[in-house]
Amino acid sequence: MSILIKNGRLIDPANNIDDHLDLLLKDGLVAAVGKNLSVDADETLDADGKLVTPGLIDLHVHLRDPGQEYKEDIASGTAAAVAGGFTSVVCMPNTQPVNDNLAVTKYILSRSEEVGRCRVFPVASITRGLKGENLTEMGELKQGGAVAFSDDGRPVENGEVMRRALEYARPFDAPIISHAEDLSLVGKGVMNDGFVATELGLKGIPWVAEDAMVARDVMLAEYTGGHMHIAHISTRGAVEIVRRAKERGVRVTCEATPHHFTLTEEAVRGYDTNAKMNPPLRTEADREAVRRGLADGTIDAIATDHAPHHRDEKNVEFNIACNGIVGLETALPLALRLVRDKVMDLPRMVALFTSGPADVLGLDCGSLAAGQPADVTLIDPDCEWTLTADQLVSKSKNTPFDGWTLQGAAITTIVGGKIAWQRAEQQ
Amino acid sequence: MSFGHKHILGIEHLSREDIFQILDTAAGFKEINTRAIKKVPTLRGRTIINLFFEASTRTRTSFEIAGKRLSADTVNISASSSSVVKGETLEDTARNIEAMHPDIIVMRHGASGAPHYLAERLDCAIVNAGDGAHEHPSQALLDLFTIREKKGSLEGLKVAIVGDIAHSRVARSNLYALTRVGAEVRLAGPGTMVPPGIEKLGAEVHHDINDAIRDADVVMMLRIQLERQGKTLLPSLREFSRFYGLNQDNLKLARPDALVMHPGPMNRGVEIASSVADGPQNVILDQVENGVAVRMALLYLVAGGEATEES
Repeated sequence: MSILIKNGRLIDPANNIDDHLDLLLKDGLVAAVGKNLSVDADETLDADGKLVTPGLIDLHVHLRDPGQEYKEDIASGTAAAVAGGFTSVVCMPNTQPVNDNLAVTKYILSRSEEVGRCRVFPVASITRGLKGENLTEMGELKQGGAVAFSDDGRPVENGEVMRRALEYARPFDAPIISHAEDLSLVGKGVMNDGFVATELGLKGIPWVAEDAMVARDVMLAEYTGGHMHIAHISTRGAVEIVRRAKERGVRVTCEATPHHFTLTEEAVRGYDTNAKMNPPLRTEADREAVRRGLADGTIDAIATDHAPHHRDEKNVEFNIACNGIVGLETALPLALRLVRDKVMDLPRMVALFTSGPADVLGLDCGSLAAGQPADVTLIDPDCEWTLTADQLVSKSKNTPFDGWTLQGAAITTIVGGKIAWQRAEQQ
Repeated sequence: MSFGHKHILGIEHLSREDIFQILDTAAGFKEINTRAIKKVPTLRGRTIINLFFEASTRTRTSFEIAGKRLSADTVNISASSSSVVKGETLEDTARNIEAMHPDIIVMRHGASGAPHYLAERLDCAIVNAGDGAHEHPSQALLDLFTIREKKGSLEGLKVAIVGDIAHSRVARSNLYALTRVGAEVRLAGPGTMVPPGIEKLGAEVHHDINDAIRDADVVMMLRIQLERQGKTLLPSLREFSRFYGLNQDNLKLARPDALVMHPGPMNRGVEIASSVADGPQNVILDQVENGVAVRMALLYLVAGGEATEES
């Protein structure tokens, strides 16, 4: 089985390539990259006017499987992933039961093998039951396929537990992913603290709740030498803390979501529950800091924090609505806006979806070097389309971007040398 | 002139003209409340549901009396006796009520934005009787009515609002209403009870009550919600009373003819000393009395009535 992709603009940041090159995939691997390749392939794709990139990687999704399949499952979540151009997703452990033991990790891997449309890399929890007390059996979990550890959805509140997690995970080469917030400062807050919260009469979550915890976690990484990855960074202060830590050589990486670089707290006006997330949408200054951090390398990856919720969980009063939005099918066009807004160039944007996240977790993908897995995304950077929430592939439709006109989309997603998804012409 | 709004969700979306239309309409209704037969046929045949998800005596009774004096059929539903305890969603509760064809739902809810949520989903008119820490429009309107009645006009008056601004829907609605009619608003409260950015809504912010009430024409005290305060917002009620309570001494800083107002229920000896609450400058029961007339006006206007000729 071979596929030849011709005439595209091939952007492969891992290998510093941005050129009009052909790409040959064979037997599930990248076989050749070159000018005007003339070989007989089983299938030839004309990528004239399109971008050819390594398959996109999402470091942060919630597939809700096992346990909350009414929101999403491995089949529907990975289908949404390939529709958004992703060939690899990293799924968080706050399932039911929690992915805190080898049985759940193995279930996720085997189920993904059976029904998954893309690669799935499970993250196991740092502590048993996400309770923040006892460490999970990290050695066995890492050997069994977990790529990192996180209590995502909750911070590890106890500093001693976080210190030991970093120390213990380090020899196993597993990053600790921190959902950084000081819960005592979050209190009963439901949106960013500030003028908009004041006007709407909603309880605020102050930026210092995130900054304080990011500062602690960065210091623990510095102290232990462990690798700390900050999930969904959203404040100006937290970006600056990571920037300075990187300058002095701390092993810290971080990711930002499309909603945090696209929207601000203004989106909450009208009490739109699809603008309710954790961390909350912040101010214009925070959004600007996140965009700068993405451009200058402080932030290593764009990750969606794809958080499917059922309609009934969003169609309620704002203060009791679930946090989060689906993100897999909107991430790429929202990131392309950054390029059009001249925040960054295309190769940098592609790096944030490919080599960036691959390097964070040491994944063997995100590159188009010969011999690498044949994970490829073909992108039409120009096509205009209107997002309709009901037409999302994901089981859940909770998006604040319903009705938005977007520009750019993945048109073909190839996983392991096989076409996993192709965008219909009329879309 | 007909009224330009289907719902009364908050003062934020009312213009100065809307506010005066409501106050003028209320002025026309006030006299009915002192007649021997306190009833006019204006809303005969209309059904008004008072849907209260939070405990309330004053506001609910005031809306109920307002509806009854206009001859509407009023029904009270309180959360403790409703389906809410059975886990029904707000939308389902409201849709079930709407299926019985009420004309107006008067609604109080602990969640900010809850009336806005229902207004998007139901066909009948919604009157917000208080949502979370967001707005309490009928309270602000009855406060304006009372001030105008006592002072003759609202323009240029100095109004101090003192206490827990952060958690007060009364403060927000009054801030919108007073600034819109040209009054000058000063807010004062402890550092933990003044929300960020509130000055952008057009208020002067103070942390010393004396600065707020000096030369004021009106001093409006807010209720400290004893049941809602965590231990971190205030060291003690004693300290709050010393620094932010209104008493005979600090009231002397205000104009001698300043009005003393309180939305009730009062914590005597906490935010307001009894000597002031019962003193000659207090208009607290006038507020309650005028509340009925203002709510009659709101119900009348959202039911499609036209403003009276008086102004």
